[in-house]
Amino acid sequence: MRYSALSILLNGLRGNRNWAPAWRQPDPKPHYDVIIVGGGGHGLATAYYLAKEFGITNVAVLEKNYIGSGNVGRNTTIIRSNYLLPGNNPFYELSMKLWEGLEQDFNFNAMVSQRGVLNLFHSDAQRDAYTRRGNAMRLHGVDAELLYRAAVRKMLPFLDFDNARFPIQGGLLQRRGGTVRHDAVAWGYARGADSRGVDIIQNCEVTGIRRENGRVIGVETSRGFIGCAKLALAAAGNSSQVAEMAGLRLPIESHVLQAFVSEGLKPFIDGVVTFGAGHFYVSQSDKGGLVFGGDIDGYNSYAQRGNLATVEHVAEAGKAMIPALSRVRVLRSWGGIMDMSMDGSPIIDRTPIDNLYLNAGWCYGGFKATPASGFCFAHLLARGAPQKTAAAFRLDRFERGFLIDEKGQGAQPNLH
Amino acid sequence: MASLVPCPNCGRRPKEEFTIKGAALSRPEADADSIDWFDYVYLRENPRGAYEEYWHHTSGCRRWLVVARDTVTHEIAACCDAAGRARSEARK
Repeated sequence: MRYSALSILLNGLRGNRNWAPAWRQPDPKPHYDVIIVGGGGHGLATAYYLAKEFGITNVAVLEKNYIGSGNVGRNTTIIRSNYLLPGNNPFYELSMKLWEGLEQDFNFNAMVSQRGVLNLFHSDAQRDAYTRRGNAMRLHGVDAELLYRAAVRKMLPFLDFDNARFPIQGGLLQRRGGTVRHDAVAWGYARGADSRGVDIIQNCEVTGIRRENGRVIGVETSRGFIGCAKLALAAAGNSSQVAEMAGLRLPIESHVLQAFVSEGLKPFIDGVVTFGAGHFYVSQSDKGGLVFGGDIDGYNSYAQRGNLATVEHVAEAGKAMIPALSRVRVLRSWGGIMDMSMDGSPIIDRTPIDNLYLNAGWCYGGFKATPASGFCFAHLLARGAPQKTAAAFRLDRFERGFLIDEKGQGAQPNLH
Repeated sequence: MASLVPCPNCGRRPKEEFTIKGAALSRPEADADSIDWFDYVYLRENPRGAYEEYWHHTSGCRRWLVVARDTVTHEIAACCDAAGRARSEARK
């Protein structure tokens, strides 16, 4: 069923009794052309673009829990393409362009809201770094504006501009950045993929990868063996665990990242603001809650919860940026498990096993990349060659020395 | 994460006193093959469960420690002095 204003009206007049489920609950078939492990944003987007753009519809998405139960429902919903390096920037800009047309494309309201992303700077050196980043963005055709103190003050008068240690000098603004309702992204892609014939199989955990003569022939799951011609891994957070089933070791560590929501407030913060002097960023949801977070806790973890020390640290940084936050109460906090790669950039590539493909290492930037990640992974699966904007995200780049180290931290995953 | 870490030198101390470095890997010899160095620098077991890490007791004895920890439950099973362990392994 196509959703439209007319369909809402007609179904409303009929007492809303005729809405069909947005996707089926199929039993697994014995064999698929492509099996995607992981029913998160990236896995579902991959299935959607495989079916829609590349005509491959005999596809299954296997999810161990329910779709959207992992990181696609645990992030802070921010989209942006303010990247510096040539290996990253065109890819994230492709993602931004796909976000801009996404709702029309998959006929689902994902609440894409280009409300702007502002990165504050607090020193001359940081201003120079953001000037360089803004120039790199504009050279790649991405919008970027450098704002000075007066312009930032006009936008966000409640920031602590005269903070004794970190006075705010200005910010780098990407107006096309913003937020998207994250659950709706998973649902929209699931519905779009399902309607084109993709089987989305929930509560189906992959427990092993069966190989014969050096090729993958299928996966062992909690619902029995399922054969496949190509196997695509998109299980961020657990990438190392799934890859280990095929005997691969990855340049990835799993770390926990926390996020928080405050009580609902009157409209307060228009866009997304990041603190340049500490680990804090914030936006306000349409329900009024402040959605904020900081950096990863800094230790390897598979527990989807973090530590109070980090909660305290994030709250302190938040209050340093916006003193008015001191009396805001936090409603909820939660944690997600990040694939922290060794250079802070993702992997979309083939593996040493011929028909096994890997989409992993998104660090804490996976959500904004969802459309382009799905599109580029589908391109790789269908055509056998990387999509041109994702050509740098190779698995062997670490061995060859072609790292994409956006933050310049080296092989220290808890610092990316 | 366990709130108290059993430091072999200082006793049970709050975890905020410690800095976590990461996986306790054995460093290859300086003249080892590039493949060994690649493995050491970039590849990780990244286990779900038992894991050994280097921790520094920054606000305590300032010794490097090896903490055996579970990455799912965050429980700490053991904690020993890193240099002491390296010496006893070298003697073997």
